[in-house]
Amino acid sequence: MRLRLAASRRAFILGLLILVILSLVSVLGATGIGRLQISWKTVIGAIGEGLGLVQSGTVERTPLVVVFDIRLSRVVLSYLVGSALGVAGSVFQGILRNPLADPFTIGVASGAAFGAALAFALGWGGTSYLGLGTIPLLALFGALGALALVLMFGRVQGRLRRDTLVLAGIVVATFLSALIALIKALDEEAVSAIVFWVMGSFQGRGWIHVGFSLPYLILGIYLVMKCARELDILTLGEVQARQLGVEVERVRRRLLVGASLLTAAAVSVSGVIGFVGLVVPHLVRMTMGAAHQRLILLSAFLGGLGLLWSDVVARTLLRGGEELPVGVVTALVGGPFFCLLLKRRSGGVILD
Amino acid sequence: MISVEGLMAKYGERVVLHGLNFHVGEGELVGLLGPNGSGKTTLLHCLSRVVRLHTGSVAVAGRELSTYPTQELARVEASVPQRLEISFPFRCIEVVLMGRYPHQHAFGNDSDEDLAVAMEAMRLTDTLDLAQRRITEISGGEAQRVIIARALAQETKIMLLDEATANLDVAHKMQMFDLFLEKNKKGATFLCAMHDLNLASLYCQRLIFLKRGRIRVDGPTMETFTEENLSNIYETEVRIIPHPDSGAPQAMFVPGGQSAKGSAQ
Repeated sequence: MRLRLAASRRAFILGLLILVILSLVSVLGATGIGRLQISWKTVIGAIGEGLGLVQSGTVERTPLVVVFDIRLSRVVLSYLVGSALGVAGSVFQGILRNPLADPFTIGVASGAAFGAALAFALGWGGTSYLGLGTIPLLALFGALGALALVLMFGRVQGRLRRDTLVLAGIVVATFLSALIALIKALDEEAVSAIVFWVMGSFQGRGWIHVGFSLPYLILGIYLVMKCARELDILTLGEVQARQLGVEVERVRRRLLVGASLLTAAAVSVSGVIGFVGLVVPHLVRMTMGAAHQRLILLSAFLGGLGLLWSDVVARTLLRGGEELPVGVVTALVGGPFFCLLLKRRSGGVILD
Repeated sequence: MISVEGLMAKYGERVVLHGLNFHVGEGELVGLLGPNGSGKTTLLHCLSRVVRLHTGSVAVAGRELSTYPTQELARVEASVPQRLEISFPFRCIEVVLMGRYPHQHAFGNDSDEDLAVAMEAMRLTDTLDLAQRRITEISGGEAQRVIIARALAQETKIMLLDEATANLDVAHKMQMFDLFLEKNKKGATFLCAMHDLNLASLYCQRLIFLKRGRIRVDGPTMETFTEENLSNIYETEVRIIPHPDSGAPQAMFVPGGQSAKGSAQ
């Protein structure tokens, strides 16, 4: 018995190790891929120099900028955003006890999109604050504002209930979508910028965006990891969670805030990228079970890997050098994949 | 162990429990009986603080219920629900280990002691073979036994059972109640909501009958398990015969007895 428990722990550690190694290899590999052909030796040298591990001056200026400032920052950002979405997805599915929930179910993404749309319409798209566009800032405010509204409306008699939470999320999301439509109708010049932003992209993002979203990512992951055990118990329902000694309100609020921070941090720097937060937790759950401590960790790595490579496809697929929005890539890959999952595992695991 | 005074509970404007008073002493094994909708589950939910009391007071282990921190209350009383609602593929051992949560700290991992307690609980409930199986892939009766194991893993002095064995086959039903009786003899207090009257008579020392949110009858099994009481409370004709071995009263139902009873009233 003890041996078999140890075996399940070994499988988890092995899985984790594989994902960590794959991640490191992927970050390096994806940094080497791009329109400008750069030798692997230069790529490694440039990364080393950028990180301050190698004396400066060993690599020429152009490859250094391309590799370190443009590619590596983008690769790292896409990885972080993917991790955030994977974690947020597994948490939302757990709190809402709905395997079809994703990071955008309760309207956080609509809030971010509204913030960004407002920034475009006000013509602030180009202004920057400490080298950072106003878009991420307004998107973040929008996302947190939407969360605050949902928490306010979702409360019934002082209790945050699962069903009212989803309803409040839908109401807030619908209302904000209407406001976005209104902005588009009033300001036709902003339409294409808004549409492109909403589809999600990492084009033109850099280290500043990594730095902007990192604190929220760390805080979010800390909050949800701290409540991972409680999240396990919450999936049994509110009644049993209370009977097992979980302070349902406090834990649920903390998890919601943590997962929403992750979502907000991701959306504000990349737009709305679908399917990562939906599919990744399912994949992990199917192979490694539902215990959230493991689920969250593995989802972080798998989500990062998935989005990193999706972004590589998005920026290299078209020959002419134009980019696809990465949200289109994840939807094109994730949609059919998810249908396949549903078909194969509809026996109790994915649907109630 | 459990003292209830003037307990009233409401769902919205509808009063579900109308001022209940009773006391369950330490080491009692009490059956909570009554027809559907009589308030058994609500009463258990009040005792586990899932449903708020409208008026009245409940004391558990000598302390007012409302003064317990949530985690501490789960170290005093464990609940077994009527059925399990779970759609995520946890392993059975993970579900049983959730019963150790009241004994753990934040960021805590399952200690060797937690694991030992959980495995002992699974051995007692005959679920050790299921430990590594997914809870979503086993039968309802098996899952119910896993949940009983989870409650045992909480290591509490009080057990609140809500139809805990309703889904089990006869052999496992008896096995679970033998187990409860054994725990009871070692000092654990049980309050069990049940529909199986004969099982209640075999194991419970005392019965509390609820009907429409009021206590109708409360007393030792031998005195309260009568044709008159059962016929009145369940509104169906009942005959009582003694159990061939123990002599415990057993209820026999009469086909068509319900209409006969109905026309008699």
